[in-house]
Amino acid sequence: MSNKDNWPLWEVFIRSKQGLNHKHVGSLRAVDAEMAVENARDVYTRRSEGISIWVVESNNVFASDPSEAPELYEPSDSKIYRHPTFYTVPDSISHM
Amino acid sequence: MKEQDIAILEQKFQEKIDNDIKIEPNDWMPDAYRNTLIRQISQHAHSEIVGMLPEGNWITRAPNLRRKAVLLAKVQDEAGHGLYLYSATETLGADREQTIDDLHSGVAKYSSIFNYPTLSWADMGAVGWLVDGAAIMNQVPLCRCSYGPYARAMVRVCKEESFHQRQGFEIMMKLAAGTPEQKEMAQDALNRFWWPAIMMFGPNDAESKHTAQSMKWKIKRHTNDELRQQFIDVTVPQAELIGLTIPDPLLKFNEATGHYEHGPIDWDEFWEVVKGNGPCNKDRVDARRKAKENGLWVRQAALAHAEKKKLRKQAS
Ligand SMILES: [Fe+2]
Ligand SMILES: [Fe+2]
Repeated sequence: MSNKDNWPLWEVFIRSKQGLNHKHVGSLRAVDAEMAVENARDVYTRRSEGISIWVVESNNVFASDPSEAPELYEPSDSKIYRHPTFYTVPDSISHM
Repeated sequence: MKEQDIAILEQKFQEKIDNDIKIEPNDWMPDAYRNTLIRQISQHAHSEIVGMLPEGNWITRAPNLRRKAVLLAKVQDEAGHGLYLYSATETLGADREQTIDDLHSGVAKYSSIFNYPTLSWADMGAVGWLVDGAAIMNQVPLCRCSYGPYARAMVRVCKEESFHQRQGFEIMMKLAAGTPEQKEMAQDALNRFWWPAIMMFGPNDAESKHTAQSMKWKIKRHTNDELRQQFIDVTVPQAELIGLTIPDPLLKFNEATGHYEHGPIDWDEFWEVVKGNGPCNKDRVDARRKAKENGLWVRQAALAHAEKKKLRKQAS
């Protein structure tokens, strides 16, 4: 089978119950979005794992580069004053 | 990249593994690690898909509607397992169709157990109980494998596997408690599947050339012999409980070690089947090849239809 016969790859996201985020569960191949949802239903929700499905064609996902992680996430590591534990308040204070 | 740079990357990579930090698709990894995973995961995927054949063989002849629904659900699960695993190989940059063609051309292997025929309904019991049981033994430690997508696929697979083994054991239990003919059928299935099932764990540790490296990379967590022993220790009492006899006259419990000792495994048979000379090797690969060839026009038509739909939508 030549490459042009290959179906596109889709990433599947499932909301497991009302009130929760859609979460990535895996991927599959399908000719279009409708078929991707149908296949996702068959493959990823056979045991009541979900009530809502999102599919995104994989080549539309742009991922951050793991080798750039130090630069990308350093600013959040160095700003510890963004966390409540950075501040001291008297023990007698409650509800804060 | 300079050799020196690669040495540093390799060292950092091994440090991550040693610290139980998972490796994800875009992370740097040594070529050998990537190739080992592609080989192992694609062969695992092929096993799930080829594994559907011996059981699919009995769907239309299941003894009642309940058994038929259960077997259908189990075989459908195996198709899903194949898909999760092919997807995991794709995250490593493997071409899924290429891995499938490798199966069809005989370059890639799959679990030898599926090269044995399923001759009676009792074989559905033996396969679920022993073959899925052995697969679970192998797969549970893989949930902690160092490669993230493989580990996550295994978590899903293991959740789904547990009913597979139970439904098989239930079939054996019912037959073993049935008429003398039914019990004999169950015993016969156990006789034929016992040795191939314990060979599923692969060659003895001394003969297994990939084990040491795979353990260092935390792709593998236990050796073949450790897993085999674990399987025998839990399975022998299950057979006793339903009044069936393990077909190994030398099998005995060692009080001192707390383990069963078994008779010699016929490794010549194992290697013959691996080499392609088992009872069903040719049938299995032919069936898969035919499925791909005969389905080609459907896949092409679906793609063409989707393309047409897209153009029509754009025009309107
Ligand atoms: Fe499976
Ligand atoms: Fe299974």
